[in-house]
Amino acid sequence: MAGSNPNAKPMNLTLNVWRQPSRTAQGNMVKYQVKDISPEMSFLEMLDVLNEDLLHKGDDPVAFDHDCREGICGSCDLFINGRSHGPEKGTTTCQLHMRKFSDGDTITIEPWRANSFPINKDLSVDRSAFDRIIQAGGYVSVNTGGAPDGNEIPIPKDIADRAFEAATCIGCGACVAACKNASAMLFVSAKVSQLALLPQGDVERKTRVENMVAQMDKEGFGACSNIGSCAAECPVGISLENIAILNREFLSAKATSNNLA
Amino acid sequence: MFLDSKAPEGPLAEKWDQHKFNVKLVNPANKRKYDVIVVGTGLAGASAAASLAELGYNVHAFTYHDSPRRAHSIAAQGGINAAKNYQNDGDSVFRLFYDTIKGGDYRAREANVYRLAQVSVSIIDQCVAQGVPFAREYGGLLANRSFGGAQVSRTFYARGQTGQQLLLGAYSALSRQVAYGKVKLHTRSEMLDLVVADGKAAGIVTRNLLTGAVENHAAHAVVLATGGYGNVFYLSTNAMYCNVTAAWRAHKRGAYFANPCFTQIHPTCIPVSGDYQSKLTLMSESLRNDGRVWVPATKELAERLRKGEIKVSDLKEDDRDYFLERKYPAFGNLVPRDVASRNAKQMCDEGRGVGSTGLAVYLDFADVIGRIGADAVSQKYGNLFAMYEKITDEDPYKLPMRIYPAVHYTMGGLWVDYNLQTTVPGLYATGESNFSDHGANRLGASALMQGLADGYFVIPYTIGDYLARTAPKPVDTSHPAFAEAGQAVQERTAKLLSINGNRTPDQFHKVLGHIMWEYCGMARNAEGLTFAKAEIQKLKREFWQDLKITGTNEELNQALEKAGRVADFIELGELMIDDALDRNESCGGHFREEYQTPEGEALRDDENYAYVAAWEFMGENEPERLNKEELQFENVKLTQRSYK
Repeated sequence: MAGSNPNAKPMNLTLNVWRQPSRTAQGNMVKYQVKDISPEMSFLEMLDVLNEDLLHKGDDPVAFDHDCREGICGSCDLFINGRSHGPEKGTTTCQLHMRKFSDGDTITIEPWRANSFPINKDLSVDRSAFDRIIQAGGYVSVNTGGAPDGNEIPIPKDIADRAFEAATCIGCGACVAACKNASAMLFVSAKVSQLALLPQGDVERKTRVENMVAQMDKEGFGACSNIGSCAAECPVGISLENIAILNREFLSAKATSNNLA
Repeated sequence: MFLDSKAPEGPLAEKWDQHKFNVKLVNPANKRKYDVIVVGTGLAGASAAASLAELGYNVHAFTYHDSPRRAHSIAAQGGINAAKNYQNDGDSVFRLFYDTIKGGDYRAREANVYRLAQVSVSIIDQCVAQGVPFAREYGGLLANRSFGGAQVSRTFYARGQTGQQLLLGAYSALSRQVAYGKVKLHTRSEMLDLVVADGKAAGIVTRNLLTGAVENHAAHAVVLATGGYGNVFYLSTNAMYCNVTAAWRAHKRGAYFANPCFTQIHPTCIPVSGDYQSKLTLMSESLRNDGRVWVPATKELAERLRKGEIKVSDLKEDDRDYFLERKYPAFGNLVPRDVASRNAKQMCDEGRGVGSTGLAVYLDFADVIGRIGADAVSQKYGNLFAMYEKITDEDPYKLPMRIYPAVHYTMGGLWVDYNLQTTVPGLYATGESNFSDHGANRLGASALMQGLADGYFVIPYTIGDYLARTAPKPVDTSHPAFAEAGQAVQERTAKLLSINGNRTPDQFHKVLGHIMWEYCGMARNAEGLTFAKAEIQKLKREFWQDLKITGTNEELNQALEKAGRVADFIELGELMIDDALDRNESCGGHFREEYQTPEGEALRDDENYAYVAAWEFMGENEPERLNKEELQFENVKLTQRSYK
């Protein structure tokens, strides 16, 4: 609240925003001025101010994806000043606050750039490729009912914790946008690791990793060249270690494959 | 109309088993001949869609998000209750049932709540089998904590991200069925109407949010899992897109809306900081396990603190009033949400609030940090502390958090019977979109439990009973009701786009939210509600004359989407006020100032108001008709709730 920084002064900013009417239309950067932006605002609240202003002028507001504004749904996806989710480490765009910027700044706002994430409009992109990768094997094949008691299989706490860390991926796509190859390895590895670490995921571990990687390739994501910008820009801190686990899982699956498909 | 709850006869503990035996079954070979529409892919929707597809039904799942994984269930933090009694501390199915009925201030249906407690244990097993990484003890067994208002440790959790992990589990089950071709997934599709043909739910009308295409979808049954309507208050902990539209359109097509005024104000949210604010962020209730809630002991000290003349650290123990511990020694900081919220408001009303607006109280972790160390505290609450710091720029390891109540959950929703069927045959409502299990106040960690109970373990049984009575013939959209509903949707969109006035959807929404918060929020009275009703009617007229949005239908048009949702919120707001005016008692989240005990606690009137208020739509601009489902309590004795 204002109580945290009562002397914070409102800012005036210049925004360079990618505008593109539709998937097939030609896009371009458009310059906007926004005034009296409180440092306590979130980045998306600043865009709300811009959009209200555009609406009042009779112009088309800037389309962008967002929903929970708590950093957990993974909807928001802006490329701010050349970085996934902007300058603050470990932070989604919705949790980025304007106090990280200064009066008079020019801010460049682009959508995720990756062939596998086609643009819907303006800053909104289509990330359904991620869903199709999960559909290829990112699950344990158990039907509802008939599951054994939750305490039937003890899981060491450190294993459960590591699986949890991998499972916290929010599926925003920042890793793809940050990668010069537009690789989805960090995203895929997070799910593969989670399920490979847990006894429940063990039964299908080989087919899972093979099928998910095959789908990842089919979607046109690039290869991993171990630069690590994905993990550096991940808003929830998914570790690069997961990619190592994915590679190991993939190799061992291929070497001993029982995937007859 | 007589509202038949269809709650089975017989002893409480045997009702569900008996009912499962009595319901009709669909022949396994016939299941693939039935189409079921599931709207919403949160916990209730994704679990229902996956489970129904596993049984063999053809499922069509709809979400307005780009992916099913974005649903707001994902943001639930604290945990999920289950009567496992793993902790050997006296929990049981009956105790979870009893706590839920009592916590709901005796305004929920016994049979439903007991079933919820029964199936809670299976939910945990199911989620573990899916690979949900719950917190564990060093011995490898599942960990539990006690959670808001419970005196046993029955809450399962995954750090402060339980909703995320449970939703991703349900999403993975759903994804598996998509891959099998048993679920057809429709993303970025918003339900804008329900189609009722020959008195039964026959399908829905959707708008494709990318192209504007209005599409008709037919099915043998429709399940709504479309969440709550807390965003009627503009500011809430709900996600920005959460809305009442699907439920409201179903209501206008014949589904009764029950207890709309029962809204939950969550006590521990980050306070409002300015007019630009778009939403409020919850700090999990689990923080109240270790955090101590206090305000300065006097108004004078609070004033000096707000002016910056003194610092928090200048206040000695004697200068601090740990008001929950003082007033409720037995439950202390863990009193239920409605009690904690009202007391925080009372402290601020007395002028003892903190922060620059005076609308906040402290939640202080100094004691627990001193006791177990900052590292151990971080293990438990690290992500919450980090989120708090990102938003407020203050470090809660060093300074107490400032919190204030905010709208969080809506107990009201579409009226459903024991089968979760609404008053429209073939239309079901699950999760937060129905009214059924939480009465007038929901206990912490029970929303996730109910969403998954409905989706995994109730709907798969009860929907079969309806389908088995329906001919397994292919369905299509040729009935004139589809054309009529589709056209109504198109005309409404055209109308919204053609008003060309001066005020944006957000401007109207803010005015609505202000009215609702001031007059139908934490405390209500007849005078204020009557005033608010007139204000909302005025707002509705202005909306349809002065709305301004740009662009066309045939594109991604977020202002148009918002406008349609705000229009429905305005109508719902009026019904909430009617409901609050009708209920001349205080219970749970509904606090009517005229009805309180001498100590300022909620004063129920069981003689006259132990009913579910189910409202029936009678036509545009007509008063809605009140139907009552009298609640029968055979297994619990109604008592004044006391947490002292």
